[in-house]
Amino acid sequence: MLTVKDLHATVGETEILKGLSLDVPAGQVHAIMGPNGAGKSTLSYVLTGRQGYEVTQGSATLDGEDLLALNPDERAARGVFLSFQYPLEIPGVPALTFIRTALNAQKKARGEDEVAAPAFLKLAREKAAALKIDFEMLKRPLNVGFSGGEKKRMEILQMAILSPRMLILDETDSGLDIDALKIVAEGVNALRAPDRAMLVITHYQRLLDYIRPDRVHVLAGGRIAASGGPELALELEREGYDKYARAA
Amino acid sequence: MNLAGAIRDLDPAQLPGKRDEDWRWTDLRGLVRVVPEPSTPVDPRDVGQGPFEHLVSASYVVANGAGDVRIEVAAGEDKTLALRLLSRGAGSHTARVEVEVAAGARLTLLETYEGDTGGYVAHASLAVSLGDGAVLERIVLAADGAEGVSVSEAEVRLGAGADYGQTVLLSGARRQRVETRVAHPGGGAKLRLDGVYLVADKRHADLTTVVTHDGTDGVTMQMAKGVVRDQARGVFQGRIVVARGADRTDARMEHHALILSDRAEVDAKPELEIYADDVACSHGNTVGALDEDALFYARQRGIPEAQARGLLTEAFIGEVIDRIAHEGARGIVRLWAAERLTG
Repeated sequence: MLTVKDLHATVGETEILKGLSLDVPAGQVHAIMGPNGAGKSTLSYVLTGRQGYEVTQGSATLDGEDLLALNPDERAARGVFLSFQYPLEIPGVPALTFIRTALNAQKKARGEDEVAAPAFLKLAREKAAALKIDFEMLKRPLNVGFSGGEKKRMEILQMAILSPRMLILDETDSGLDIDALKIVAEGVNALRAPDRAMLVITHYQRLLDYIRPDRVHVLAGGRIAASGGPELALELEREGYDKYARAA
Repeated sequence: MNLAGAIRDLDPAQLPGKRDEDWRWTDLRGLVRVVPEPSTPVDPRDVGQGPFEHLVSASYVVANGAGDVRIEVAAGEDKTLALRLLSRGAGSHTARVEVEVAAGARLTLLETYEGDTGGYVAHASLAVSLGDGAVLERIVLAADGAEGVSVSEAEVRLGAGADYGQTVLLSGARRQRVETRVAHPGGGAKLRLDGVYLVADKRHADLTTVVTHDGTDGVTMQMAKGVVRDQARGVFQGRIVVARGADRTDARMEHHALILSDRAEVDAKPELEIYADDVACSHGNTVGALDEDALFYARQRGIPEAQARGLLTEAFIGEVIDRIAHEGARGIVRLWAAERLTG
């Protein structure tokens, strides 16, 4: 599914990613853990094509297709979805309008038929109920005046409706209380599938109690410093990142 | 500084220009060297349909300035009327319109400025009066041609307890200005004074308003927004004067503009002059680019860049259009604006 090789990326003059390699096969959930400033968010922005993040070396492919040659909306149409650490507020655009516009834009890009309004509303109603989101909220401008927890749930709702293949969750647990975290994790787990892969970026191990990863990678100093099974997350929780930060 | 006089006397020396403080961004004196000959008459039966005509009971047409218009709405009446001011060809002309809404009467006035490709110089002056407790909603679509010079000036007098709502949309011209001056008597009169300018190419749009609060307990709510592209220029001049003794005035002014190209320009002058003590007044003014973070967010969800820009820009001005009370007019205005944002 996602293959990243020797990726180097700069923000401004500063090199943040320094030879990062990663392979996330279909059907698996991989966690990326690391100290603040290790390059976790940079990795998510490089994979989704945000302006200002320049790749200077290396490659990133999705099922063999060069992601770095595509612009952000083309990557989204190929199935790359980023759940933002800080979801944006979109004043004046009702959440339903925004999500339907996104879904139909993706479908158009893939040469599929657009979803008509009634079918879309039915889908949105269903997915919102599963995430315990009040449907009335979807008529309000997206994320405007929503709490941190509501914004994260809206991210998962968009993920559920857009049905991407490659999910990147950037610090999805930040700002969530335990109840909200459980709802969000359930939403994410419901999306686990043999033809989907997930990259869960987190500073704390807590989220991984609810979204169980197949592999855990430590990101330090702009590259993967260690990889292991779920037990690695527990070790990090116990011992911290010092050992890797120093090595980097 | 008198455009109507300059047109009447074919005398460019009377044109307002940059030495006049209120006209320094819309300098007609420096632009129009020779006032064109009077426009040739146009048969008003020969001008087709306007954008609002299916919504109204009657339509008043002033073509190339011919025919003064007087609109009266008597007490107890509730009317929806269209007023169309048309400019055709390369001449000059002036139009005069009087609107009187009697105490307790209601009017929705759907006004359009419709220009062709000619290099006309046009002036319209409107005298609007609202009796005590009268209600008027005035929607203006100013759709002049790229070569036209068009100025509309309205003097509005509110009675006590009157409710006046206005939304002006401008798409610019060689020079285009819609100016509204409102005399606010207080006495609980309510004023909504909104505007949107959507300017592209080399067009110029000027939205100017002056509100004077003379009595107590008056309310003014103003929201103006602009979207300026290419080498276009948008001007917003908003002045609210609260006279001595006009206590408990509540006046809010907001102006926000998006500049979508390096060569576009916005000139804004929001002014509050307050001579009374017990008032609630505020103003906010921002001029900037589209939020790049929001744009990336929309693109990450799969919305292509041009469509994402359109969506965010439409949402930006949608906040103003949503305040139009007349539902049918609101729909027409929304479409009109969308066409000018994607064009």
